Amino acid sequence: MSQLEIKALHVNLAEREIVKGITLTVKPGEVHAIMGPNGTGKSTLAKAIAGHPDYTITSGEVLLDGRSLLEMEPDERARAGLFLAFQYPNEVPGVTIANFLRAAMQARLAEGEELDATGYYKQLYAKMDSLKIDHKFTSRSVNTGFSGGEKKRCEILQMAMLAPKFALMDETDSGLDIDALRIVSDGVNTLRSSTLGILLITHYQRLLNYIVPDFVHVMYDGRIVRSGDKDLALELEAKGYSWVKKEIVHA
Amino acid sequence: MSSLPASNSPSTGSFTQDVFVRSLASLSHLPGWWLDLKNKAWNEYQALPMPRRTDELWRNASIQNLRLDGFVLPERAGPLLLPGSSPAFKAAAGLAFANNRLQATTPLPPDLKRKGVIFETIEHAAVEHGELLRRHFLAQPVKLGSEKFTALHTALMTAGALLYVPPGVELAEPIVITHVVEGPGAAIFPHTLVIAGENAKVTVAEFFLSADPAAGNFSSGVNDLHAEPGSQLTYLSAQNWGRGSLSFQTNSTVVQRDARVLSLNVHLGGRQSRHESHSRLQGPGAHSEMLALTVAQDAQEFDQRTLQSHLAPHTSSNLLYKNALLDTAKTIFSGLIIVDPDAQKTDAYQSNRNLLLSSEAEANSLPGLEIQANDVRCTHGATSGHIDDEQMFYLEARGIPRQTAKELLVFGFLEEVLEKLENEELHSALREMIKNKFKR
Repeated sequence: MSQLEIKALHVNLAEREIVKGITLTVKPGEVHAIMGPNGTGKSTLAKAIAGHPDYTITSGEVLLDGRSLLEMEPDERARAGLFLAFQYPNEVPGVTIANFLRAAMQARLAEGEELDATGYYKQLYAKMDSLKIDHKFTSRSVNTGFSGGEKKRCEILQMAMLAPKFALMDETDSGLDIDALRIVSDGVNTLRSSTLGILLITHYQRLLNYIVPDFVHVMYDGRIVRSGDKDLALELEAKGYSWVKKEIVHA
Repeated sequence: MSSLPASNSPSTGSFTQDVFVRSLASLSHLPGWWLDLKNKAWNEYQALPMPRRTDELWRNASIQNLRLDGFVLPERAGPLLLPGSSPAFKAAAGLAFANNRLQATTPLPPDLKRKGVIFETIEHAAVEHGELLRRHFLAQPVKLGSEKFTALHTALMTAGALLYVPPGVELAEPIVITHVVEGPGAAIFPHTLVIAGENAKVTVAEFFLSADPAAGNFSSGVNDLHAEPGSQLTYLSAQNWGRGSLSFQTNSTVVQRDARVLSLNVHLGGRQSRHESHSRLQGPGAHSEMLALTVAQDAQEFDQRTLQSHLAPHTSSNLLYKNALLDTAKTIFSGLIIVDPDAQKTDAYQSNRNLLLSSEAEANSLPGLEIQANDVRCTHGATSGHIDDEQMFYLEARGIPRQTAKELLVFGFLEEVLEKLENEELHSALREMIKNKFKR
């Protein structure tokens, strides 16, 4: 059975341990939310799994369908079915969304096989419509001069086109006003299916009103300190992160 | 060194008196003033010294590699079958030259002829449109260091084009000029003169190619652009000489009141290529957009010198030169903005940006300002940097392999310049040429 397994993962950034032993399994169809205060290692976990070169995995394992992701280059991990929705999507001047996604789709085809351009654009326009993105955006440079909401919608568009098995969504709600949050959440909900597993990283509970998780994990100082269902998020919202510090960690 | 005969200095290299005399003899059918001009230029060529290490205008350049020997004025070229050399786009008319001779013509459509558009070889123009040619030919010369090579050009030049667009005439499709050089050591001297009359509008695209991509050819070319009041002139050139070639190209752009010139020079070929460009903004409202793209590979050297002269108030110029450097390639950009005392409200910008794709590549940047008016806005900047690691990771995180990601980012870097071209077909023709260079 398909699954994303994170096993006792430890991650360093510049010689400092940030993630201190995380174990978590995401199955297709499940949405796991990871909540926690700033600086607790949530984004580090996502970037390390995706293969960002700044992060060093010191021990542990990440398996996608039984294959070790950690031995793969970042682009191989993506083609194996992993998707990282960035907290701060990069601007890529001079590379249009159409060409960018086309290159990403082409990379998923077998050697010598050419992407069908007509079918590609048809699919792209349909996904753009569902995310309320103007077709004109196809010829704009990736994220260049985009508003916060546009950047996040562009991330969801990429996710929709690339159809990953597992998505790591890093602070997808950051920088969004309520309308943009709704559009982005609707987009994610549309993509929710029995074949997609989602690891949703967020600081705020409000995102979870729109994208209702199956599991909630509270992360603190590089570890998961409590797991539960969606009610845990509400409890956390009501009591605040100081509760985590006092009641859970020092309990 | 004292044992060297005196005749070796100044150096004329392969271009001896004998070569000039023979070249001139074949032009006896041309008007006297044209031949006088050539004689004068020949004397100048002989008198002028080769660039010296201490010349400020040649700072950073590998002057030791500018030797002018081993080159010949070539015989007529064979039938040229150059796959991919004639870019696929719609053109209003075209002239194709090979080895200093006219090879093929796509004539102007009758309606443009009726409106008075002139598009002729320069020799034909010397006979038929003597006054027009005389008034504009090298009328405002470029003096940025290559005067010796420009004099050689004028003395030996036999292939060139004159384009004149009368007042108010607009050409929907570009005029295309191609210069091809064929044969070992073959030397050519391309010349293009464009005059856009008042409120005229025209696009000219010029392609410079060696028949053999590895050839060691020589070229010394001139392209002069003259935009009369209110006109819009777009000039594009793509240089793809053989990899062993030495080339010099100078451009003079004169922009009159409310006229607008956009020039884009793409540099791909050659061993050592020097390009000099001087924009003169002569009337209020004049604007010059000076763009260049260079992809420097292996041990190629590209040397670009520019001058933006603001001679009237309310003039603007915008220079953006981008270089992508691989391997042990070297680029030099030296640019100067001069604002005259009367040129108040000048808005001038100059930017040189280098993308270093190898740690052994060398990008030199020498920006400069000389402002004599007090109410102006002038900025310049030069940057050199590597591919951004975060951008790289973003692309890889989408499954795009490293090599493809790198190419996309390099193209993105170049695209900022290419996208200023309105003509879609020209834009993609250039993109194709650049892509081919990366394929090697």
